[in-house]
Amino acid sequence: MAQHMNLTLKVWRQKNDKTKGKFVTIQAKDIADDMSFLEMLDVVNEDLTRKGEDPIYFDHDCREGICGMCSLVINGRPHGPKYGITTCQLHMRSFHDGQTIVIEPWRAAAFPVLKDLAVDRTSFDRIQQAGGYVNVNTGGVPDANTIPIPKRIADEAFESATCIGCGACVAACKNASAMLFVSAKISQFALLPQGQTERYERAQAMIDQMDAEGFGNCTNTGACEAECPKGIKLSNIARMNREYFGAKFFREEDVHTHS
Amino acid sequence: MSNSKPVLNSSLGRKLIMSLTGIFLCLFLIVHLIGNLQLFKNDAGYAFNQYAYFMTHFTPIKVVSYLLYASIILHAIYALVLTMKNKAARPIGYAQFNGAANSKWNSRNMGILGTIILVFLATHMYNFWWKYHNDQVPYVEYRTDLATGETAVQEIQATEFNDYQVTVENNVEIIKARDLYKQVDFAFQNIGIVIFYVLAMAALSFHLIHGFKSAFQTLGVSHKKYVPIIEFLGVWVFGIIIPIGFALMPLYFYFVK
Ligand code: HEM
Ligand code: SF4
Ligand code: FES
Repeated sequence: MAQHMNLTLKVWRQKNDKTKGKFVTIQAKDIADDMSFLEMLDVVNEDLTRKGEDPIYFDHDCREGICGMCSLVINGRPHGPKYGITTCQLHMRSFHDGQTIVIEPWRAAAFPVLKDLAVDRTSFDRIQQAGGYVNVNTGGVPDANTIPIPKRIADEAFESATCIGCGACVAACKNASAMLFVSAKISQFALLPQGQTERYERAQAMIDQMDAEGFGNCTNTGACEAECPKGIKLSNIARMNREYFGAKFFREEDVHTHS
Repeated sequence: MSNSKPVLNSSLGRKLIMSLTGIFLCLFLIVHLIGNLQLFKNDAGYAFNQYAYFMTHFTPIKVVSYLLYASIILHAIYALVLTMKNKAARPIGYAQFNGAANSKWNSRNMGILGTIILVFLATHMYNFWWKYHNDQVPYVEYRTDLATGETAVQEIQATEFNDYQVTVENNVEIIKARDLYKQVDFAFQNIGIVIFYVLAMAALSFHLIHGFKSAFQTLGVSHKKYVPIIEFLGVWVFGIIIPIGFALMPLYFYFVK
């Protein structure tokens, strides 16, 4: 049998990125402990809607930890008090009856608040568009496994590719740095033969875009790695730095003008 | 040709400057500590004062020392620029932020620790470097009988000689030098200065426990075998041995001498 609880939510409410926001206290009543955090917000929103009030606006999509849409800084931690999960994977049994929960949006200049708890993460899309792709020839589908890749390298690239672009790394970082995200996106291609064509151009283009979006500068605190729901490792950032400095200092001739 | 931004205008380029100047400062600390160990010799500054003269007058060392001043300034300026940019990257902070859950305190406060170190460096340079270079330290004469090896020490007037002199008369070696040792002894009789030095070394310790390994991560070092060695050096050599070595100097002069 599920246990039920009553909670006090302090929720950030903000009309849009032009207006100032503020915390609003909302009671969440009769919440079952086997609900997810987002289901808890659904219950609260139904209640608000019934009362004719504006429901709390928050991002979500897959609700199974794979899309990266859900966000929320919950009691000072991105994706709440557990490690290695997204907010949609967080259960209410991680909280107790009578608890006060502070819910805030990701805070970064490059992630402006759209409304309430939802932020605009298209800065990540623009970084990805700047260089997070590979060119492939059209034609027949090649046979699987025709390009030899050591398993170790394939595994490492795969691990980097598990980044879901949620932005928790930025939210957790005291500098609002996006380096864990960008390094994962650079690594997943830099490691593989298919990613070599654009390799050095990619590192420069993506880092330029990251800077242009106004993300902060990494001081290697490791908060991103600790809070990343997918366990993306700091070694990706070291690899990104190698890619970038390698491009800048030793491979300038391999870098083509990108328009 | 690339149309991407110059390295030094990029986030990673600025971090590179922090890292390289930081590592250079770390290397300096090793040399500085080893040289200053001569303060612990009970020789009225005979070795230390000659060392001080050598370090301030030997051209290659002078070149390195100018590089060092430039590094401190660059390191501090880039720290300020990066900190300002990082603040701008999060204009609205969190009402609740549980940093302790995901990172070490010192890694989140490098700027504060660095500022303490900067204030310390200013006082330190004023007390010893500036006074040494501006004729504000006493002068000393060591007369060593080369037959018996015994040394007599006496304070002398500045007008009697020019800066530094070594002569041998009648089998007696006479060394006249600026007595920085005395100045050190004098400064460290002040309990306020002693406490400040010890606290600053604690700040240095926390700065380097994070900073040393962080600098190599910035350079892109990630290696199964070498990173643990770097982390070990960062904690034991730069975080513990070096700051404690320096902190013992004021404590020695205050409590032992
Ligand atoms: C003897 C003096 C000093 C030494 C040996 C030293 C060493 C270091 C090292 C090795 C790093 C790591 C660099 C990196 O992560 O890439 C660092 C970072 C830092 N230092 Fe210093 N430092 C010293 C003085 C200062 C001073 C005077 C300041 C401030 C005015 C300062 C502020 C900072 C800041 C803010 C960082 C973090 C920046 C970052 O990681 O990107 N440091 N320091
Ligand atoms: S690195 Fe981790 S925290 Fe950052 S966007 Fe990717 S999955 Fe999210
Ligand atoms: S809603 Fe898709 S990861 Fe949480």
